[in-house]
Amino acid sequence: MSGGGGFSASEMMIVAAARQLAGRRVCFVGVGLPNIAVNLAARTVAPDLELVYEAGVFGARPARLPLSIGDPTIVTGATASVSMFELFSFYLQGGLVDVGFLGGAQIDRFGNLNTTVIGPYEAPVVRLPGSGGACEIAINAREVFVIMRQGRRSFVERLDFRTSPGARREADAGGGAFRRPGRGPTVVVTDLAVYRFDEAGEMVVESLHPGVTWDAVRGSMAWDPRRAEAVGVTEPPSAEELRLIREELDPRGVYTDS
Amino acid sequence: MSDKVASMQAAIADLVRDGDTVAIEGFTHLIGFAAGHEIIRQGRRDLTLARLTPDLVYDQMVAAGVARKLIFSWLGNPGVGSLHAIRRWTEADAPAGERLELEEYSHFGMVGRYTAGASDLPFFPLRSYVDSDLPKANPLIRPIASPYGDETVYAVPPLKPDVAIVHAQRASAAGDTQVWGLVGCQKEAAFAASRVIVVVEELVDEAVIRADPNRTLIPGLIVDAVVVEPWGAHPSYAQGHYDRDNAFYLDWDAISRDAKLLDAWLAEWVHGVAGRAEYIEKLGVDRLAALRPGPAPSGEVDYGAYS
Repeated sequence: MSGGGGFSASEMMIVAAARQLAGRRVCFVGVGLPNIAVNLAARTVAPDLELVYEAGVFGARPARLPLSIGDPTIVTGATASVSMFELFSFYLQGGLVDVGFLGGAQIDRFGNLNTTVIGPYEAPVVRLPGSGGACEIAINAREVFVIMRQGRRSFVERLDFRTSPGARREADAGGGAFRRPGRGPTVVVTDLAVYRFDEAGEMVVESLHPGVTWDAVRGSMAWDPRRAEAVGVTEPPSAEELRLIREELDPRGVYTDS
Repeated sequence: MSDKVASMQAAIADLVRDGDTVAIEGFTHLIGFAAGHEIIRQGRRDLTLARLTPDLVYDQMVAAGVARKLIFSWLGNPGVGSLHAIRRWTEADAPAGERLELEEYSHFGMVGRYTAGASDLPFFPLRSYVDSDLPKANPLIRPIASPYGDETVYAVPPLKPDVAIVHAQRASAAGDTQVWGLVGCQKEAAFAASRVIVVVEELVDEAVIRADPNRTLIPGLIVDAVVVEPWGAHPSYAQGHYDRDNAFYLDWDAISRDAKLLDAWLAEWVHGVAGRAEYIEKLGVDRLAALRPGPAPSGEVDYGAYS
């Protein structure tokens, strides 16, 4: 799908997500679109960004687009290669991660994510990968940014399984026996729009990408979403952002050609 | 100093038994494919396979019928998609009575399980699973109240595998093992296990180990066998030795979707070869040469001589 302005929907997602990282210091990276978004942010709005990979790397300087979450290019030239115990205990649970990127097969209006099963847990129709580090990232990173395409099968009224918890409601922050140090999802970037969360922890449409209609957004989710008082138009990618993506970050168009 | 060097055939025959809980660890890096294939060739049965990311090696082992249960935290073909053999044995249309048993955690939960196992503690507390359905899906994930305040956290039980298998860049004959690049949770898995098999790219003199003690991940003290098997982690990678063979990870998607193709692959590449040396010869020098990285040597440090 094209945004109509000489850039793809994936490029718009990457750029919109990268801009959200302005001013952030430590980011937990995934593969695919989040990886490109984070590397774009490091070259534009967040030059001091430190890349953390759950495989056990702090301060990565990948020389190529990582093929997986544990690509050797994330180690060579990094600040530190650490055990996964150290990564999850000291860096993540220790409170050093500003932003973690997550996605999922299903999301609901509160930002709860399902990456475990479609159908009943004991006899699933589709067995998905499961949590990986997502559950503890959602709980311990200061904020979570979600990047995923929207559709009626993915933006659902009710999840088949809640793998990672959604936006922490302000009312819950201090109460209860369990602590959730992080706020959970604060931003959702899709191929159509950018969302934030209100005080009740519900997703609110903040802007529509250029050329995207309200009907297209409403038609690709199961609920009627709340809208910000003034829903804007997402600022389209600049020539420099597109050049960085196309020439440096994904020159073969692996993640950005649709 | 005892010499623990053994052939892969002998090490697996001696140390891996039917019904064992086996952990072939290595997070994306240094995955013990050669050992997994030997377990398949020797026809082990009813294994419980533990690993954060089952990866292709457990997809192959499950398809070959060696496993009855998986303990894991992320079930996929990294960077590619699904592990289709495992999906066939776990989804709703799996053959009745033959469904693979799953025991599921998060990455931190699995790391915590090995850590508790290695340090002989009754549980590992962690700040995860809050407002998640995982504790309902796996009742072994349980809440525990802090004895020092009013906070409650979740806990996971220790995992003590019967056997841990670790691939590494180098070890001495006594089993002192050094790794660089991602170290995952191999140390925790090895210390938690009753028996440990180390598989290495290179066998080195004890003096090489002693010249750089900070790089030692696992001491020979807890190692039962050292297998020298260059390229033993292919198609995964060994930092500084070879890159991930991504073409194979992509090919596996189509192979594992089709049970017949998968059986044919196992017949050709596992049962059809005597061991890793023959597998490597079959892959061919061109394919292997393309996986060699350029150089990026570490700087040297001086430990100092204190006599």
